[in-house]
Amino acid sequence: MPADAGSRITRADVDHVASLARLALTDDEADALTHDLGVILEHAARVEALDTDGVPPTAHPLPLRNVLRADEVRPGVDRDEVLAQAPATEDGRFRVPPVLGETS
Amino acid sequence: MARTEVVTATAWEPVIGLETHVELATATKLFCGCANQFGAEPNTNVCPVCLGLPGSLPVLNARVVEFALRIGAALRCRVPEQSIFARKNYFYPDMPKDYQISQYEEPVCIDGTLDVDGRAVGIERAHIEEDTGKTVHVGGGGRIHEAGYSLVDYNRAGVPLMEIVSRPDLRSAEEARAYVTELRALLEAIGVSDVKMEEGSLRIDANVSLRPAGDAAFGTRVEVKNMNSLRSLGRALEFEIERQAGLLDAGERIVQETRHWDEGAGVTHGLRSKEEAFDYRYFPEPDLVPLAPDAEMRAEAAAALPELPADRRARLSADWGIDEDMARILVGTPGLAEYAEAAVAAGAAPVAVARWCTGEVLAYLHEVRVAPGELALLPDGLAELVALVDDGTLSRKLAKDVLDECLRTGEHPSAVVKARGLAQVSDEGELAAVLDAIVADHADVVAAYRAGDDKVKKKKRGFLMGAAMKATRGQANPALLNRLLDQRLG
Amino acid sequence: MIPGPVDGDADADAVALAAAVRSGDRSARAVVDQHLARIDERDEELHAFLLVMADEARAAADAVDATVAAGRDPGPLAGVPVALKDVLCTRGVPTTCGSRILEGWRPPYTATVVARVLAAGGIPIGKTNMDEFAMGSSTENSSYGPTRNPHDPTRVPGGSSGGSAAAVGGGLAPLALGSDTGGSVRQPAALCGVVGVKPTYGLVSRYGLVAFASSLDQVGPFATTVADAAVLLEVIAGHDPCDSTSVPEPGPRLLEGLDDGVDGLRIGIVTELTDVEGVEPEVVAAVEQAGHALEKAGATVERVSVPSAAYGISAYYLIAPAEASSNLARYDGVRYGLRVDAGDTATMNARTRDTGFGPEVKRRIMLGTYALSAGYYDAYYGQAQRVRTLVIRDFARVYERCDALISPTSPSTAFELGARTADPLAMYLSDVCTVPSSLAGHPAMSVPFGAGAHGLPVGLQVLAPARGEAVMFRVAQVVEEAA
Repeated sequence: MPADAGSRITRADVDHVASLARLALTDDEADALTHDLGVILEHAARVEALDTDGVPPTAHPLPLRNVLRADEVRPGVDRDEVLAQAPATEDGRFRVPPVLGETS
Repeated sequence: MARTEVVTATAWEPVIGLETHVELATATKLFCGCANQFGAEPNTNVCPVCLGLPGSLPVLNARVVEFALRIGAALRCRVPEQSIFARKNYFYPDMPKDYQISQYEEPVCIDGTLDVDGRAVGIERAHIEEDTGKTVHVGGGGRIHEAGYSLVDYNRAGVPLMEIVSRPDLRSAEEARAYVTELRALLEAIGVSDVKMEEGSLRIDANVSLRPAGDAAFGTRVEVKNMNSLRSLGRALEFEIERQAGLLDAGERIVQETRHWDEGAGVTHGLRSKEEAFDYRYFPEPDLVPLAPDAEMRAEAAAALPELPADRRARLSADWGIDEDMARILVGTPGLAEYAEAAVAAGAAPVAVARWCTGEVLAYLHEVRVAPGELALLPDGLAELVALVDDGTLSRKLAKDVLDECLRTGEHPSAVVKARGLAQVSDEGELAAVLDAIVADHADVVAAYRAGDDKVKKKKRGFLMGAAMKATRGQANPALLNRLLDQRLG
Repeated sequence: MIPGPVDGDADADAVALAAAVRSGDRSARAVVDQHLARIDERDEELHAFLLVMADEARAAADAVDATVAAGRDPGPLAGVPVALKDVLCTRGVPTTCGSRILEGWRPPYTATVVARVLAAGGIPIGKTNMDEFAMGSSTENSSYGPTRNPHDPTRVPGGSSGGSAAAVGGGLAPLALGSDTGGSVRQPAALCGVVGVKPTYGLVSRYGLVAFASSLDQVGPFATTVADAAVLLEVIAGHDPCDSTSVPEPGPRLLEGLDDGVDGLRIGIVTELTDVEGVEPEVVAAVEQAGHALEKAGATVERVSVPSAAYGISAYYLIAPAEASSNLARYDGVRYGLRVDAGDTATMNARTRDTGFGPEVKRRIMLGTYALSAGYYDAYYGQAQRVRTLVIRDFARVYERCDALISPTSPSTAFELGARTADPLAMYLSDVCTVPSSLAGHPAMSVPFGAGAHGLPVGLQVLAPARGEAVMFRVAQVVEEAA
């Protein structure tokens, strides 16, 4: 294990990122990830070595622009087919546990 | 919250910026062909795209682009060469993908202005983004295990929105209200939205901070949400300004936070929400390509602009010779200016039309809550009424009653006048006979008139006029009656 | 003898099969039944399939036969069984992406590429195993158990489209569709001894392809021959109005010029993709032999350099996880798939995701979220996207002189199950040859060429510039003939 594998990302970072990503990691998972991510980031950070001054980012490899569609109604999906796949429904809506911080 | 009037009470200047979300009135949603329709049965206007099902992809609605460019033109914005879509990442059950497709660093419109009461309010940017679904909280009951739950409907998910962000140029609750009124009228006039705050097609969030009057630096700002009407907006801003002033006067810091307006309690509440100071991890949307409006699209947008409210007010003022307030009411009441202009086109005198429209017609519209376009009395009917008053057939006083009846029934004024025999009596001979009878019956009054001072004369004259009006069931032509009475009184 | 598909016979040739069905010589039903029987025999060991669509396949075959009987042409894939990587949505048929979080999910719609296969008379025969959400290079990350290499069941088939590659390599289906983001069609094709193609980005619709990394994902064909791969690609390629990133025109004709040869073409051997760390000597030898064969066929072959390709893996493992972290946010237990209950929605989301996702997926979501997060965006994601531009520019320079390029597809032949699972980075480095062309959006394909240690298949990668499928296939055809 490279000497500074852990320096790129700390356990606190991992905990913060896990909450952003809505992943309820166990302690063991978080520790393992702190190590793994450190190693991977070390390798990925090699990109820092390249001089990219004045180089624009490539968000799309295909140089397309203005892809539009007409404002015409098209058939959607069958509500029953979709709701049948849902973990919980009520009155045609998706049912979830209460959302904290929500006022009625 | 009382403000202590201490020796060095600081004059606090409110600094307000408004973020307005407008639902665009397209036939379909922003990225899919589902109907953009208010009030449908839950989850009936959905498809893989707006449900964010695995494997689905967005495709941009051309009409949304059209509307966005039109808004940009109306707000005198700059439309850069290209704009891109970006993902705003956060989790919420009403967000099918748990990210919202919006625009971040390169929005479609920037650097515009909106004229509000003669002042130019800056528009920082306007961008396109998709709306979320709707979550309804249900329960909980009295028992501990009934914690309640939420139900989600995705009909609204993917509806196209334009977010219009003003610069923090507003300095009071009234200015904020005026800005929203003007913006609303503008958006409606250009046909991009039905801008109904009560239906959620126009939503306002405010950023409010205070600073010592004369300072250039900004204070800590607080975001205020959940203001569902113009009135709420005004009340909420006034409350928030006073709340912050109170804290600052007491030497306390303002916490940067999001606060909800509670209409019932008349206060803003701080939210203990995890979404504060959130990291949205914006990055360019890889499933959509850049939008680069070409010359044709830009020209079409400018050409599609109808007469804008400010221009219309100016025109009516100038052409009709009405004052600014009257013009503001006409143009600011949806459909009223059209109604008035149609009446004028049917031949009626503009000033009279404007007076009726901003008076009795407007009152009626508020009473029965209909739009001018839905009135039973058509504009040519109003024109007829104006003509009847003009040519002396109908006294102004009776005209009010006739108008009221016509508004409710849709009958033509001439028909009502005929049916109720309300035609003004302008026959000189008839009126002369009436007056002669009155003068004969009230010789003492006439004598008192001749003998009395100005005050007495006025009183006695009034009595005689009243008697004559009564005798003619209010239908005597007042001007003619006056002249004939003058002759008899000498 | 070069190890091609195991137990291969005439039935492995899709073009011939389709011709026989269209002419009425063979019934589609008989073809399908035969392949279903083979799957029954072999797949317990191979585990290429997560789901066999026996009923649907038979019904589709009957429909093709009815079309033929009515005197109409069912299309170029008439009666040919096609295995579908379980990352492609098939209406009413479970689509799991190799994950527990989508266990049992039946999409209410079908992917465009699958619809095109059906419209061409092809017979979707089953959903194949894959690394979970296409993240992996060995199919060991599948939550439903690994797939085995048809040439040696103690070894991996490659990944993430290991099931599709094994199905074709094991003679269970003549054709398959997979998805390639950083090499996930090409690398398993090489390890299983079959042809695998990653098209130009945008050539093939992604509508209905469950997203991993949106700016890199492409659906690609597996086949036993270059010609068969060309037929399948022709069927699925071309503009799709449901995909904003798809090319504006119809797909290219590829069969026409397939046998034009390489006389006069300039072909480059890419140093940064060939002289990589850990590359097996047999693999390098195969590349050199392929070079000689191309020279014999009339091409000029020279060594070329794409310098920033050396940073490909680094950039890729910032961009792909970043996009994936966002694409996989939707798996939150609300609308479909697994839900682990809790007292509030946020906790429900977090527990569902921790339970439903495997370790590699969690690793990449965390990596991607971090790379996009405040304060790190510019150094990681931002920088990686700029490096991507450098890769495109370096390739462009090389393509000014060369018509096509070659390199190994994978530095090694099939490794043993479990050999690389302890070290994520070691697994990532399996993609070192394939990732740069993915970043550039260029087409590339793997053609079986020679054998490596233990007689395992070696794949030669042929690369071409964007929209250069025609020349790429021409070169591949010559390589295949020389193999």
